[in-house]
Amino acid sequence: MNAIEVEHLSKRYGDVSAVNNVSFAASPGATLGLLGGNGAGKTTTIAMMLGLLIPTSGRISVLGHDMARNRFTALARMNFSSPYVALPSRLTVRENMKVYGHLYNVNGVNQRIAELARELDLGAILDRPAGQLSAGQKTRVALAKALINRPEVLLLDEPTASLDPDTGDMVRTWLEQYRSESGCTILLASHNMAEVERLCSHVVMLKKGEVVDRGSPGDLLLRYGRKDMEDVFLDIARDRRQAVPA
Amino acid sequence: MKPMFRRVWGLMYRHLALYRRSWPRLLELGYWPVLNMCIWGFTSSFLQARMGNPAIMAGATLLGGVLLWEVTLRSQMGMSISFLEEMWSRNLGHIFVSPLRPFELVLALVGMSIIRMMLGVLPAMLLAWAFYAFNLFALGPVLILFFINLMIMGWAVALGVVSLVLRHGTGAEPLAWAFLFGLAPFSAVFYPVSVLPSFIRPFAYALPTTHVFEGMRAALLQGVIRWDHLAAAFALNMIWLAGAALLFTRQFHAARVSGALISIGE
Repeated sequence: MNAIEVEHLSKRYGDVSAVNNVSFAASPGATLGLLGGNGAGKTTTIAMMLGLLIPTSGRISVLGHDMARNRFTALARMNFSSPYVALPSRLTVRENMKVYGHLYNVNGVNQRIAELARELDLGAILDRPAGQLSAGQKTRVALAKALINRPEVLLLDEPTASLDPDTGDMVRTWLEQYRSESGCTILLASHNMAEVERLCSHVVMLKKGEVVDRGSPGDLLLRYGRKDMEDVFLDIARDRRQAVPA
Repeated sequence: MKPMFRRVWGLMYRHLALYRRSWPRLLELGYWPVLNMCIWGFTSSFLQARMGNPAIMAGATLLGGVLLWEVTLRSQMGMSISFLEEMWSRNLGHIFVSPLRPFELVLALVGMSIIRMMLGVLPAMLLAWAFYAFNLFALGPVLILFFINLMIMGWAVALGVVSLVLRHGTGAEPLAWAFLFGLAPFSAVFYPVSVLPSFIRPFAYALPTTHVFEGMRAALLQGVIRWDHLAAAFALNMIWLAGAALLFTRQFHAARVSGALISIGE
């Protein structure tokens, strides 16, 4: 059974099609990249997977749970991180983590906070208000929040946006480690192609709400005759070059 | 603790942590009720000094009206503002993708509303007792029934406001402050319903608050408990609450269809 199954997913706003007939799947423990330029439909797809948005048609299943009927059971085993959604800025990092520990019914929440603080190097900022943190610290805190319930499926929307190379690398290393240790399935929406090449076993390329290509980063590089995913991305985004048929 | 209660507590903890860290928010809770009590308390004292005995009972109903209206108002605002706090901090995206069910969100908001109302109204009640010799508790156990009815009415209005904010975003935010004030003239807070023009009275009697204030005046002026008014207030509250719950369910669904939940607060 796949950890994530998205079948013929569409979302229309009146005459505008935001996502059109998108299908993909991720097996347990895989890291799937959802790529595309601005307005390609990545965030809309993730919002539908989280139950924030009701699809016009299609089906989403996460960990065997149909998100249309049983989303709360699935949500307890998932989590989400995005630099575009904030945590209450006046609460300290510890208080924020406690709030989400309760919301996700985490046993031994204080111990879990201590573990995450150690692993993500948050010890020095645990008792500082979230609003006083730097962009890099906020990203690490958002990641800690996303890991508070030891999720089996993790949805990450641009997890390293606005991070310096050092912090970005630290976050990527940690994600790789968490995935290999926990067997977590990760769906990653990113504009950072080096990150995608490093983390993803499979990518789905979106353009104007439709899947325009898919495969492993290695396959795509080979088929587009490119040396890095940045060029593959540009080929697809600008209709510069067609892939060599597999 | 059962997972449901833990989730509700989690959201309440978020607000309690906020108040612990923000004295202006704590001050604001009691500021308006105390200020209102000062204004109406002095007015009542002035009338009593000029008019003697007849004004004593009028003053009592005035102060009772002020305090009980604050119960409704603070309950409504306690719930609406707790929701708006989530919106202002751009935290709703995290909350709505957590396992917290919408009805649990409402329960947490109700919990915060009770705490905020108590913190806001109790100082004003103490002030009325200490400076104006008006003891609302003298009404006896029926006061609890008045409180419950007024709080339910506040929650019904707040749920309506939250529903509109969910659907229409920050544009509907001013309703959190303004909506209940629009009902005050028809709720007969400071005067009996008989004062209102006859064509307005059916609307006034459709408000649970009107029955509570009629009941309060009967208790203060005649020493009788009007069970008919209390029963009407409870029945009307159930209708108002059911209507608000239906509106909330529909607007929440509509927000999930339109994508308003993604952009709320922006």
